[in-house]
Amino acid sequence: MSLQRFVLKRGLITVPLLLGISLLTFGMVHAIPGDPIDFITLFTELDPQTEMEIRAEYGLDQPVYIQYIDWVTSAATGDFGRSIITRDPVTSEIMERLPYTLVMGIMAFGVTLVTAIPTGVIAAYYRDTKIDQASRVFALLGIAVPNFLLGLLLLLVFASWLDLFPILPPTSKGILSYDMLVYTLLPAITIGTGSTALLMRLMRSSMVEELDKDYVRTARAKGLPERTVVQKHVLRNSLISVVTVAAIQVAFIISGSVVVEIVFSYPGIGRLLVNRVGNRDFPVIQAIVLLIGVAVILANFVADVLYAYLDPRIRY
Amino acid sequence: MAMLEVEDLNVRFYTDDGVVRATNDLSYRIEAGERFGVVGESGAGKSVTSLALMRLIDEPGVIESGEIRFKGENILEMDDEEMRSLRGNEIAMIFQDAGTALNPSYTVGEQISEAIRYHLDLDEAAARERAIETLESVGIPSAAERYGDYPHEFSGGMQQRVVIAIALSCDPDLIIADEPTTALDVTIEAQILELLEEVATEYDTAIQLITHDLGVVAEFCDRVMVMYAGHPVEMAPVEDVYYDPQHPYTVGLMSSIPRIGDDRERLQTIPGRMPDLIEMPPGCNFHPRCPYAEESCTRVEPRLVDVETGEPADPINSDAQTAACLAHTGELDGELDYEVTVRGEDGPAESGPASGSPGVTDR
Repeated sequence: MSLQRFVLKRGLITVPLLLGISLLTFGMVHAIPGDPIDFITLFTELDPQTEMEIRAEYGLDQPVYIQYIDWVTSAATGDFGRSIITRDPVTSEIMERLPYTLVMGIMAFGVTLVTAIPTGVIAAYYRDTKIDQASRVFALLGIAVPNFLLGLLLLLVFASWLDLFPILPPTSKGILSYDMLVYTLLPAITIGTGSTALLMRLMRSSMVEELDKDYVRTARAKGLPERTVVQKHVLRNSLISVVTVAAIQVAFIISGSVVVEIVFSYPGIGRLLVNRVGNRDFPVIQAIVLLIGVAVILANFVADVLYAYLDPRIRY
Repeated sequence: MAMLEVEDLNVRFYTDDGVVRATNDLSYRIEAGERFGVVGESGAGKSVTSLALMRLIDEPGVIESGEIRFKGENILEMDDEEMRSLRGNEIAMIFQDAGTALNPSYTVGEQISEAIRYHLDLDEAAARERAIETLESVGIPSAAERYGDYPHEFSGGMQQRVVIAIALSCDPDLIIADEPTTALDVTIEAQILELLEEVATEYDTAIQLITHDLGVVAEFCDRVMVMYAGHPVEMAPVEDVYYDPQHPYTVGLMSSIPRIGDDRERLQTIPGRMPDLIEMPPGCNFHPRCPYAEESCTRVEPRLVDVETGEPADPINSDAQTAACLAHTGELDGELDYEVTVRGEDGPAESGPASGSPGVTDR
């Protein structure tokens, strides 16, 4: 099977996945205890007449499956309704904050890949030396330290003591401003550290395994320089298992952003989500949870395509 | 001066359990275009010998002493750069299991042409063309189309052909074939050997064929070295070894091969197993398994000697049949008491050992 056909086939599978995600999101949000009406009216007693009117306004008088169909069909066009709390369109509320989270997530993933893969390769190549042991210690720490603690530590050291970063994000300057991008490094490193540690060790063990394979000797016997042997032959095969896990890390990075955005007072969708969960702002919660689900599905799709690209045996 | 001269090669592996003496004072030579067989059981030091020629012995192994002269130059003194320009270019290697010797994630074409690009300094298109020609010469049908296929799309025999194509791609002077047919079934084995023979003639390439199969050596080689526990125990032109083996181990190896027309009920086996290379038995390493062993064999380590004269062997300059057994230096009281019978309609003279089938019987 050619790569194109593989991509097409794999792409089709995401359609039922997306439907499933939307069902789950909708179902779970509706299973949260508490009637949204109470939050809309701030727990005031209402006469039945007014309550009916408000329910009708938000479509809450319809049977649940009608509510779901209404929600999915308008969500498909990018319309998630209006926030119960602010009365603003959900889409614009999210779009305002999404760039912040996206930039932070991409930065976190970038930091992860840029540090994890080379250090993993080095640890594998110099296995069982001091370098390898140092990477093992770092990995252990990286996995063990929780995000919120690491975030606070980074703020303490780099923002408070060393004064290299402001303590609060310079949000007013916009996400693409230099100051904001620099500030975003801190939460990005915070989120990325756990994934870096994990991927580095995985890269190392995968590489150690590949280095022992016969084809490496074949490549050396061809007289190729050691650099080519490692970078061309070994690295590609070692990356196969790393790519899959890296894609799953995207999910961790997204979910990690929720906590980290609060630690850093970062104006992204994670913080929005936490705020609105407290207020039972269903339209916003649903939209964000759906967005996160879609992002994870997309990441997995990309991982599978990369996987097939790297390992031709997968395409069959 | 022979094309390849190995002199007193000692390879050691420093393991946690002790020092493994993988080869001991190994000396031999290979002439240009010659086919040289290296035979022995697993662990006799055959593969280590061939990896030493490529300087590809991995940790904890080291080439401790000796010289490996290729075209007069000691490759053990070359720097890494010089060594790399030799590997795959002038000395190439064919590996045992083609299934694992090929990188699963590159096309076979790329795996052949990368060496061509690197050594012969050809551009992409020219290297591709040469790779396709090489694929054709090893008998891969519609080579141009299969250039872009991945190893898993080939059968085992075809994969071995690809590995041979990689070895041939830069037109080497010496190919080291390390049990190239072990992973294949018998019909494919015959095809691959035939192919090797064909291309060795066509490209005028010397081959060091490593195998545990004396039958393969008989068909293929000009001279043969029988190895046991890292030592050469017999070295001679292939006819001499087949019709007149001079070491009990060679005899043991030969009588454990089934032959057509053989009326033996059971094949003979060599009792026991190869000694631990860390703690070798004193005297002759083979004495615990040797039916002719005497007390002196446990004390005196036999040297490789000319079986005619009993003089120390000179494997680099002489073609004489040599063996490492006390019987040839007069230090054995008894005699090597076996007889070689040659069956089959052809005489031993010109037909060569492949068609006549020598057999060995103990008296």
